[in-house]
Amino acid sequence: MTTRAEYCVIACAEAWRGGGEILASPMGLIPSVGARLARLTFAPDLLLTDGEATIVRPDGTAEGWLPYRQHLTLVTGGRRHVMMGASQIDRYGNQNISCIGDWERPKRQLLGVRGAPVNTLNNPTSYWIPRHSRRVFVEKVDMVCGVGYDHAGDARYHRIPRVVSDLGVFDFATPDHAMRLVSLHPGVTLDQVREATSFDLTVPDDVPPTREPTAEELRLIREVIDPENTRAREVGA
Amino acid sequence: MSDKTTTTDEVVAGLHSGMTLGIGGWGSRRKPMALVRALLRSDVTDLTIVSYGGPDVGMLAAAGRIRKLVAPFVTLDSIPLEPHYRAARERGAFELMEIDEAMFMWGLRAAANRLPFLPVRAGIGSDVMRVNPGLRTVTSPYDDGETFVAMPALRLDAALVHVNRADRLGNGQYLGPDPYFDDLFCEAADSAYMSCERIVDTAELTKDAAAQTLLVKRHVVTGVVEAPNGAHFTSCAPDYGRDEAFQKRYATTPWPQFAARYLSGDEQEYRSAAREDS
Repeated sequence: MTTRAEYCVIACAEAWRGGGEILASPMGLIPSVGARLARLTFAPDLLLTDGEATIVRPDGTAEGWLPYRQHLTLVTGGRRHVMMGASQIDRYGNQNISCIGDWERPKRQLLGVRGAPVNTLNNPTSYWIPRHSRRVFVEKVDMVCGVGYDHAGDARYHRIPRVVSDLGVFDFATPDHAMRLVSLHPGVTLDQVREATSFDLTVPDDVPPTREPTAEELRLIREVIDPENTRAREVGA
Repeated sequence: MSDKTTTTDEVVAGLHSGMTLGIGGWGSRRKPMALVRALLRSDVTDLTIVSYGGPDVGMLAAAGRIRKLVAPFVTLDSIPLEPHYRAARERGAFELMEIDEAMFMWGLRAAANRLPFLPVRAGIGSDVMRVNPGLRTVTSPYDDGETFVAMPALRLDAALVHVNRADRLGNGQYLGPDPYFDDLFCEAADSAYMSCERIVDTAELTKDAAAQTLLVKRHVVTGVVEAPNGAHFTSCAPDYGRDEAFQKRYATTPWPQFAARYLSGDEQEYRSAAREDS
């Protein structure tokens, strides 16, 4: 039985398909497992770091140095696809990790904008949301950190390839770049997604399930990349 | 050449209220905590703090020393949200210039290069522009015609940084995986104070390490302080990792209690209190 967490891993890994020789920057457990899976299977040219300043091969061998200052150059050079988290995300892909409520006097102070503005204007930026709910998928974010399509103007390198949640996969491939349902993880219903989303999702007539992992992918996830099953901590059964 | 060795208390005696202070390190990594603790023992207040924020910001915020903060984030890394910073923000304790990580670096670079601004492809379209109405844009004079944020120089009155080794002249060395931006902080400041784990002879610096580890150059350093364990409880690889247990205590103890236990005496007393409680 493939678990929900494993479908999420597959859905995240797919973000880096066809990326070529770029840095995969996964934030969060499941995107990290997904990026390593992509690197070990269909995207062998990806660069991955140890989460700090070293670029490492899957076996841990160092192959490069990437301190923060060079990381920022890599971002603005564009050869990177980051998958960030989001405390809020809206219909056009605006993302918030800064604060909830009025910025002047927040109800809940969160992290701050971090690198979301520079990421979204310079390299493909996808999002990972482990608990799909109305509190996260909001009509309007309280603070635009990651820039959405309705705020991007003619920003030449702006692109949000996908949003992955514990319920499904989403993109912005609609005429007005409003969020669209791409696939449902097996066991999830369309009603469930609609109920957990504050805005009207674009839903095509035919929504496929998120693809099945191959036997080899399952082996890699379970035996090689995440034998401790940390993925289950981020997304339960 | 002059010997620049000094003490944390002498450094702080040279600082005054209302200054703009840059603090090196990153999050809960290689922060000049001994210098921050000395600052907390002083009367210096009303500060503008420029920092990739960690517990340095949290402690100064909890103690009410910040008038304005310039930062892209404040975090304890292993504890994502800094509780004291968070509480201070939620009670509207100070002014905030919230900018992107790259804008922040460009601001330091502009200051280090004595430029009024540098163009940066970040910020446009985001609410960084809304919450910082003073930010201006600049349009490329070339054929591309692209519009950028003109990130203003983050010029500092003083910088505080902590490194692994230094000599008495102010040559500073990092031995961990990342230099962070400590050289830039020093270059962007009118005066820079560098604490280190150990002061060694100049020749010793490159005995077992390559010259590339010599991060901070003496011409931008005003004072050098030997402060073993001076980044505690943040990490200072390879000398020591983060003291996670102590950081957790910091994050969960009410500030007045924490300050009374650890910050009422000098650095020696801080160290022995931290040791006793570990």
